[in-house]
Amino acid sequence: MALLSKKDANLILDPLADNNPITIQVLGICSALAITAELKASVVMAISVLFVLAMGNVVISLMRNIIPSKIRIIVQLIVVAALVIIVDQVLKAYAYELSKTLSVFVGLIITNCIIMGRFEAFALANGPWKSFLDGIGNSLGYGIILIIVGFFRELLGSGTLFGFPVLGNPITKTGLYATGYENNGFMIIPPAALIVVGIIIWIQRSRNRALIEDN
Amino acid sequence: MSDKRLTFKKRLHILKHHYRDKKMAPAFNALHTFLYAPDETTHSGSHVRGADDLKRTMNTVIMALVPVLLFSMFNAGYQHFSAINDFPTDFSVMEHFLTWDNFWIGIVKVLPLLAVSYGVGLLVEFIFAVIKGHEVEEGYLVTGILVPLIVPIDTPLWMLAVAVVFGVVIGKEVFGGTGMNILNPALTIRAFLFFAYPTWMSGDKVWVHEAVERAGTADAISGETVLGYLAQNKGTEMSSIYDLWDMFFGFIPGSVGETSTFLILLGGLFLVFSKIASWRIMLSAVIGSLVMGFIFNMVVDAGIIGETSKFYGLMSFEYWQHLLVGGLAFGIVYMATDPVTGAQTNRGKWVYGFFIGFLSVMIRVFNPAYPEGVFLAILLMNVFAPTIDHYVIRGNVNRRLKRFKNATILPKDSDSKAAELKAETV
Repeated sequence: MALLSKKDANLILDPLADNNPITIQVLGICSALAITAELKASVVMAISVLFVLAMGNVVISLMRNIIPSKIRIIVQLIVVAALVIIVDQVLKAYAYELSKTLSVFVGLIITNCIIMGRFEAFALANGPWKSFLDGIGNSLGYGIILIIVGFFRELLGSGTLFGFPVLGNPITKTGLYATGYENNGFMIIPPAALIVVGIIIWIQRSRNRALIEDN
Repeated sequence: MSDKRLTFKKRLHILKHHYRDKKMAPAFNALHTFLYAPDETTHSGSHVRGADDLKRTMNTVIMALVPVLLFSMFNAGYQHFSAINDFPTDFSVMEHFLTWDNFWIGIVKVLPLLAVSYGVGLLVEFIFAVIKGHEVEEGYLVTGILVPLIVPIDTPLWMLAVAVVFGVVIGKEVFGGTGMNILNPALTIRAFLFFAYPTWMSGDKVWVHEAVERAGTADAISGETVLGYLAQNKGTEMSSIYDLWDMFFGFIPGSVGETSTFLILLGGLFLVFSKIASWRIMLSAVIGSLVMGFIFNMVVDAGIIGETSKFYGLMSFEYWQHLLVGGLAFGIVYMATDPVTGAQTNRGKWVYGFFIGFLSVMIRVFNPAYPEGVFLAILLMNVFAPTIDHYVIRGNVNRRLKRFKNATILPKDSDSKAAELKAETV
């Protein structure tokens, strides 16, 4: 990759798999459970977090030498809150229906552990460009899990993808439903997300045994 | 005849040796040891082995379940024909119940459920054993026969297959297989079905064969369970349809094998006297359900709940009759007593069982969407069983520590930590 040095590229690529914020660090689980019943909501959530985390990382990184360490959490919170409000207002203006589906969870990005975690662990100790890449990488790692979970939950739970019926119509019994197939109501409820995330973790760790923690 | 059997045994034996140390070894070992006694001696450690190994434990439970299974096959037909032709006025067991017509419905509807349950479940077990390289364990033998008994008769087979895969993989294999699971696999399967396909698992149409297909047509038949009837608050007198003896002997609609309290009682006694299941859990669960039912009866008698309340139907249901309807008796005898997922300590078993009965009746009454609370109550208490055991053991340690301190004059240099250690080993 000519655009980025190998070290910089790893900042983006590592969180996608071997240091994934959800499956390895087990952060940001709450929103992964709450909004992944639909693929569309997952994608919007992923983009929102991408914006907040990348921008927030840059801002915190720029201010890292002037923030008194005693009040750094408060400063970080204010930065996230400002960015989240921007996202929330944009969603309300341009995608009102979706912002209603996501409801309180856009606001709750503030409390997403991944964001505070990256501020603390990375942005406070690195320059803005590196922090930006780290933010992009981690939010992509978060987003990719959200989208995988959302894909399976919407496909199996509602038989649709992005709201488009891909398996046929369950009421008039066309497509796959003609064979007696039915939507799986279990996939709609939040515990199913926990199980899907668990299965992803299982697959990932059995493919790369170095990721299994000793206990 | 005996010649043939010998050659089959011999053939299995040869196969087993042929596949020794290969990837498929567990599958052939399992087949061989399931059908014949293993020809191997122990290699190390204790050479004296009890005859009551896991295989025999499982087989005893299956023996206790066979009468229930046979009864359920007759009942499947009986409910079906009674719903179509109306209940016989002069009911006689030989004429109306133990008939070939009834049994045929059972063969057509119940046996496929059993076959899918065993086929899919054992396939998953074999695959996991081969991948992980351990021996196939006997745990699924009981789960496999429990599963068809706790689902509605018309459950589509593919749904059952999906649920069995889920239950065995997520409920058991991810925790490390038989003996390591937190939740009862059969109930995990039931819970998955309930939440995934609620229209097939509850309501007033799923309990009798063909009731779903006939709904809305001129041939429509009803298949409401006693609990469903009560939950809708249509009145408290079920005696117009089923009398108490019907409920006790099980001539009522319900999940395939749960209806006959009489046969479940016999199976339970068999399990208690063969020392397979814990009588403490069974007894305390019965007490727990009676206590909760009695409290509800008291509430109604005190006039706190009026006839207009939506809980009136179930609350005013005689407390001891809760044991006759629904899956409560079946759950107490065959599910709550699962030695893996239940409490292990004797004192813990009393607490564990009591809350199963208590919560079952509570969920039954308070949540009309779940007229059958027993599977949720058992799953909940499965989760709490290790905690209960922890506190029982903790309490025991503390008691002995106290006794130890009072009984002996401690050497000067021993601190309380050493005393505690000693007390645990006393």
